[in-house]
Amino acid sequence: MTIYAAPGTDGAKVTFKPRYEHWIGGEWIKPVKGNYFEDISPVNGKPFAEVGRGTAEDIDAALDAAHKAAPAWGKTSVTERAAVLNRIADVIDANLELLAVAETWENGKAIRETLNADLPLAADHFRYFAAAIRAQDDDHAQLDNDTVAYHFQEPLGVVGQIIPWNFPILMAVWKLAPALAAGNAVVLKPAEQTPVSILVLIELIGDILPAGVLNIVNGFGVEAGKPLASSPRIRKIAFTGETSTGRLISQYASANLIPVTLELGGKSPNIFFKDVADENDAFYDKAQEGFTLFAFNQGEVCTAPSRALIHKPIYDSFLETVTARTAKAIQGNPLDTDTQVGAQASNDQLEKILSYIDIGKQEGAKVRLGGERADLGGDLSEGYYVQPTIFEGHNKMRLFQEEIFGPVVAVTSFEDYDDAISIANDTLYGLGAGVWSRNGNVAYRAGRDIQAGRVWINNYHAYPAGASFGGYKSSGIGRENNKLALDHYQQTKNMLVSYSENALGFF
Amino acid sequence: MLEATVTIPDETMSRVSLSDTSVTLLRQLWDQYGPLMFHQSGGCCDGSSPMCYPAGDFLTSDSDVLLGVFDIGDTGAGSADPKTIEFWMSREQFQYWSHTHLTVDVVKGRGSGFSVEAPEGVRFMIRSRLMQETLPFA
Repeated sequence: MTIYAAPGTDGAKVTFKPRYEHWIGGEWIKPVKGNYFEDISPVNGKPFAEVGRGTAEDIDAALDAAHKAAPAWGKTSVTERAAVLNRIADVIDANLELLAVAETWENGKAIRETLNADLPLAADHFRYFAAAIRAQDDDHAQLDNDTVAYHFQEPLGVVGQIIPWNFPILMAVWKLAPALAAGNAVVLKPAEQTPVSILVLIELIGDILPAGVLNIVNGFGVEAGKPLASSPRIRKIAFTGETSTGRLISQYASANLIPVTLELGGKSPNIFFKDVADENDAFYDKAQEGFTLFAFNQGEVCTAPSRALIHKPIYDSFLETVTARTAKAIQGNPLDTDTQVGAQASNDQLEKILSYIDIGKQEGAKVRLGGERADLGGDLSEGYYVQPTIFEGHNKMRLFQEEIFGPVVAVTSFEDYDDAISIANDTLYGLGAGVWSRNGNVAYRAGRDIQAGRVWINNYHAYPAGASFGGYKSSGIGRENNKLALDHYQQTKNMLVSYSENALGFF
Repeated sequence: MLEATVTIPDETMSRVSLSDTSVTLLRQLWDQYGPLMFHQSGGCCDGSSPMCYPAGDFLTSDSDVLLGVFDIGDTGAGSADPKTIEFWMSREQFQYWSHTHLTVDVVKGRGSGFSVEAPEGVRFMIRSRLMQETLPFA
């Protein structure tokens, strides 16, 4: 067990600056209007740094810097760009604890996750796209003996990216790595709840990238996000968040006729077929953990397995076992490596989760575990903690239909295979799903029948670079986390060449 | 508490209301941004939050349902100087939400998305209760 010292205290791995400005053109730049806002740690509910409150003027300055940098960056060799991405990955690895403490303090997530998931995945993600861009072959086709169509993948130029707060560094890296690998310059706006972690990373990697290739402007959506998303000076916008903003960003994009990629969340079913309980073995233990993963990252994951569908013959026994297992989850100081469940990222998030627990009770769902805010006492008393909560109910309840983004799972039973698939697909969303069975045929068929972009079979919450990630239905447009993402940051140049001396003969 | 007018054909009960704090905040935001609207969000991160935009900024369509209209003019509904705010939700989301009455409240926080209240350090949030009459909606 290790308890990391809080930032800025004796022995801390990181000390935040009192104030963070924008990162534009390779320099720290004060916000044009001179305003800042407080960054609050969900660990204790207290502010720990000030952050530039960006406006359209700052976005313009960032776009100027990006446009200046984009042509040269787009013409660097893929060897050079890959080397840059690999150097960034090495710096992340070398500063793992520093970045993990910073991100945990800002987001509230347990440090075992930042140390073992968020940051190693971020480093690997840069390496994956460094490899992917080098392995990408432009193609050509000989259309006849004298005519050849060459296809070149060219960068879009300057792109905008708006990042969510649930994985402040990793979600930024999911968007940045393919964009930079493909040779684009980026203007990135972090979430207003988690503006600093990515700037701590910039302090470490700022001099690796040429000035202006990556620009970061913080601020509120309406003041900074909107001018970025609606700017006619970006060639693409990427966003992760909720559906209304997703639609609004699409509207801005349509006005400028630019492509948009969206990741808008889900309400992912996690299906347990009866044969998981055939033996009380390692696999059954794994399936139980697969249920409990709803509390991973305090449930603040777009793909959180927040609907558990349990086959009727094992419903009672399985639910009893996993409830007991969930009850043992250690909730505590996020900086303690033993802690399994940390703090929700913000006060409004905490309030929203509690409002869902309230409507769940009104709708007649049965609280099997938890169901309250957790007061951890002492310094953590003002932090945003919610007990891991298990509800039993039916799929038409709001609990089963909206992404709560908290450590709350809604459990129901199913009769047979068709019933399972029907419940699983009775949702607006289609981002993630889990299927647990010892029968490979059943698992395969379920995996194909579920309308979701990612189906985990006999595992959950793994996000290795290389496995594509993105939504069906209202969960979004586009794919990340795989070389397919390069396509969202490139445009195809066709050069059609005639090697014939002869006229066409029409005129 | 301010109830919205009924806007769904054949319905008789208001579906959405504003808490007093919301009314006060909306009047202040109206002075700052002009006429306003709500679109109820769904999905990831700040999903389930009612998003408040300058009226017309968000293009609604046949894919949306108008759940009600508020008048936050000084004297309330029917005032001489009406300040009306429409409350919208996507039709597909309404299929799953139609059995609940929604109250727009305000909590401390900073949300995300492009909702206009975020810079004030507060966030609109939905509190729900079951509707007395549950069918037929939507």
